[in-house]
Amino acid sequence: MRLIFIIMSTTAIPTNTKWWNGGRSPFNVSYGKVMMWYFLMSDAFTFGAFLISYGTIRFSVNHWADPNHVFSAFPFAGHANLPLAFVSLMTFILIFSSVTMVLAVHEGHKMNRKGVEKYMILTILGGLAFLSCQAWEWTHLITGDHAVLVNGQIEHWGTTVSKNPWGPPVIFEGKEVATPGPIAFGGYFFGITGFHGFHVFSGVIINIIMLIKTRLGHFDQRGHYEMIEKAGLYWHFVDLVWVFVFLCFYLI
Amino acid sequence: MSNAVSSPEITFPQEHTGGTKRIWKVFWILSVITIIELAIGLTIYNIHKEPNPNATLVLAFKGMVCILTLAKAYYIVSVFMHLGDEIRNMIMTVVVPLCLFIWFLLAFLWDGDSTKHLRNTDGHSRPAQVEQVHQPAAVDKDAKK
Repeated sequence: MRLIFIIMSTTAIPTNTKWWNGGRSPFNVSYGKVMMWYFLMSDAFTFGAFLISYGTIRFSVNHWADPNHVFSAFPFAGHANLPLAFVSLMTFILIFSSVTMVLAVHEGHKMNRKGVEKYMILTILGGLAFLSCQAWEWTHLITGDHAVLVNGQIEHWGTTVSKNPWGPPVIFEGKEVATPGPIAFGGYFFGITGFHGFHVFSGVIINIIMLIKTRLGHFDQRGHYEMIEKAGLYWHFVDLVWVFVFLCFYLI
Repeated sequence: MSNAVSSPEITFPQEHTGGTKRIWKVFWILSVITIIELAIGLTIYNIHKEPNPNATLVLAFKGMVCILTLAKAYYIVSVFMHLGDEIRNMIMTVVVPLCLFIWFLLAFLWDGDSTKHLRNTDGHSRPAQVEQVHQPAAVDKDAKK
């Protein structure tokens, strides 16, 4: 598929274009956009390093928390056991806000200010919805109350960076009760989803600034909406990272 | 439709042919892949509920989810981020460095696995006594407390 895209795009190049002779971008992309790509690439390595380090720790222990246990709650659903439900809602929110973002970029190409404004507002709302979901999920995990057998006594733990109530179960006084699990679980979960959540938060701020600048007509004066494209690259990257966080923490 | 060139460095404008059809097509592709991933996730959940889960089957399903995730990443980068519409120079400058991840992933997961083996055998001094803990999926009882 990528090959087809490469061929499609290369056919548009006038023959004998001397890309490396100076005076033009050899990538046919403005400086700002190239730099945005390189920033995102470095960010990809940061997230990649976090996720791979999480994988390394997970591979090095005999027992790990089962995501279908840990993340089985849904707002207003009480104690119903709904594995994957809430996180799929979050995933669809982010996919949808990615679509509205790319539609905003599309309207920008057409120099349609009203269209850009409409889709930027929808994208910002999507980002805020995702952040609200994450706030609920974190609160639910931290304030949770799970019986754990610690030094022969039952304690009640939430999931935090220093407490993991999802260890292997043992039989205690005729009942099955969990023991403390690897302490790294909370640190990795809150660290990585927090770092991603902070990216979503800064993305929402950037999108709000872009919306204000669109409203003020800055891009119309400039004659192009490239800033929307650059903000869009960042926003899609946030969605891209979530695809991998979703895989590593919730699916496998 | 105006294809405004935003900078003198740009030799020719990117073609933004067609309407929003391609965007919505990719939206549906991403949604369907996500639904398939969720179905596989629930299948793994149900396999884990059985008394003797088939580890190879679970691993195969997890591998499938990884491949589907890469497909999603491809569509997001290529269509939503328009990298597929850039010229080859640009595509390569982003994609080639990311190939480091292949080594990165293999080396570190291997390292983690080796650490586990060393732990379970006390540094190869005894046969492995892996406590294969199977956690039945019904422990949520105590969450009600």
